[in-house]
Amino acid sequence: MTTLMQARDIRRYYSVGSGLFSRKGTVKAVDGVSFTLREGETLAVVGESGCGKSTLARVATLLETPTEGELHIDGHPTTDAAARQALRTSVQMVFQNPYGSLNPRKTVGAILQEPLTINGRGNAREREAAARAMMEKVGLRQDQFGRYPHMFSGGQRQRIAIARALMLNPRVVVADEPVSALDVSIQAQVLNLMMDLQDEFRLAYLFISHDLSVVRLIAREVMVMYCGRPVEHGPKESIFAQPRHPYTRVLLAATPSVDPRHRKTTITIKGELPSPLNPPPGCAFASRCPYATERCTAERPEPRLIAGHAVACHHAETIG
Amino acid sequence: MSELSIQAAAPAIPGRLRLFWRSFAENRGAVLGLGIMVVLIVVAALADVIAPHSPIEQFRSHFLTPPIWEAGGDPAFLLGTDDVGRDMLSRLIYGARLSLIIGFSVASLSLVAGTILGLTAAFAGGMVDIVIMRVMDILLVFPSLLLAIVIVAILGPGLFNAMLAVVVVTLPGYTRLARASALSELARDYVTATRCAGAGSLRLMFDTVLPNCLAPLIVQVSLGFATAILDAAALGFLGLGAQPPTPEWGTMLSGSLQYYQRAWWVLAFPGFAILLTVMAFNLFGDGLRDALDPKLKR
Repeated sequence: MTTLMQARDIRRYYSVGSGLFSRKGTVKAVDGVSFTLREGETLAVVGESGCGKSTLARVATLLETPTEGELHIDGHPTTDAAARQALRTSVQMVFQNPYGSLNPRKTVGAILQEPLTINGRGNAREREAAARAMMEKVGLRQDQFGRYPHMFSGGQRQRIAIARALMLNPRVVVADEPVSALDVSIQAQVLNLMMDLQDEFRLAYLFISHDLSVVRLIAREVMVMYCGRPVEHGPKESIFAQPRHPYTRVLLAATPSVDPRHRKTTITIKGELPSPLNPPPGCAFASRCPYATERCTAERPEPRLIAGHAVACHHAETIG
Repeated sequence: MSELSIQAAAPAIPGRLRLFWRSFAENRGAVLGLGIMVVLIVVAALADVIAPHSPIEQFRSHFLTPPIWEAGGDPAFLLGTDDVGRDMLSRLIYGARLSLIIGFSVASLSLVAGTILGLTAAFAGGMVDIVIMRVMDILLVFPSLLLAIVIVAILGPGLFNAMLAVVVVTLPGYTRLARASALSELARDYVTATRCAGAGSLRLMFDTVLPNCLAPLIVQVSLGFATAILDAAALGFLGLGAQPPTPEWGTMLSGSLQYYQRAWWVLAFPGFAILLTVMAFNLFGDGLRDALDPKLKR
């Protein structure tokens, strides 16, 4: 299978506090993320709010340039502006909030045709035909072509957003929590649609989520992020069956389960995410980790390959 | 299920205008303002037909003739004549045309310029933003009429220069408004999605963001109309705007100031016309803002 997207040690830093009275600082929103995304596969990025998931999405969609590291799309580097312009259409995005991601002043037909117009593809008749065909694919009716976004429900809007993302025949779709704003009953429909479309177009998904039950359904690989760094990265089955990193265990334990036999002993953690402005020198999770030792607060763990997972923890073997 | 929800939503398109009208009509003052505006526009458009005399024709035998209901009134001059024998009613009617032209050109010019400046500031950010907005702040620092006087003093008196001065004076309001609404729209995901599809800055500015910023700008225009008429009249009153014998209301006021004790009508009618017009546009603008702002809806 062909590799569609390859990220090597991506870092994205923001400088903050250029005001008169505040000290200058650097926020390391994404700090060394690597992954490979192949045709027809889904990589899920999991983590709590503020862990750098959305920044990673913006880097992957070429909306932001990484401060360091390399991003290859379809085998091409994305370092210079011309290459980015050429590759822009290969990566499209689906957003979290379908109420904000559709232009309220445009009809569905216009929203779907816009990407084609911008890139000068086809003539007016071909564009309309393409938009109507895509509506069919995502399960919208033809008579909804001239309607405005405010006339649709959340699930229908997300279908429109997915259709728009696919208009340019992208290879990779970055989905930033695409179902978290939807009702649970609608979530399943949208996820099924996304999986059907993935099979049909051999799409690769970079699927960002904090909902592990959704990830369990759709992902093939899972990357758990904490404070801008990947702490564990591996195949879905083994991550869910045997998490190695203490943070992954906490996340999995926090997922509610209906079946009482499947309820695991709850591991609770105290405290907040450390400030990304002033990260601790050692492991970012050390202050909240029940297994933390002196080594954890002093020395930053680098990802090591343990039983097929890349785990960034000094005590991964002993905990497992 | 989806069938049902769509059926329910279907009449929303024609309903949108009607809904707007309903919430606008709730405000009696706004409807009154709209009515006066319509009358003014009709009068201005048909000035050549309605006006009994030419606005600049001097009737040598009728200096300061009082209005028809006063003792000594002449049926040929319904609202009397001024100090050089020109028919007040005709001058007021032609003045309405002039005032509307002033209001329209000033408001639309400052709307276009302010929107472009504001959108540029919002999109470019950084240095460009700082420069544009600080210049606007400097313009805001001066009392508006004082600044207008300075500008006219530099350019020379005249109606066109007075209008330019009023445009410069009202520009900061439009610029700030356009920038603020563009900034809040820029943060929304649909802009990111369009950018993702490869749209350039111009398309993002005018095709994606601008249509969503229009509501507050339309309100500002309707209020700016009144400001423009008032400021132009003030400049005319100070002798810096339209020059005699142009029948501009402010100029008419200043020319007849010395007669206010023995001929009240030469002063009262132009002043009343300015008051009525400015009030109508302000009422209309307020009503428009209330009707367009969802936060004020009950």
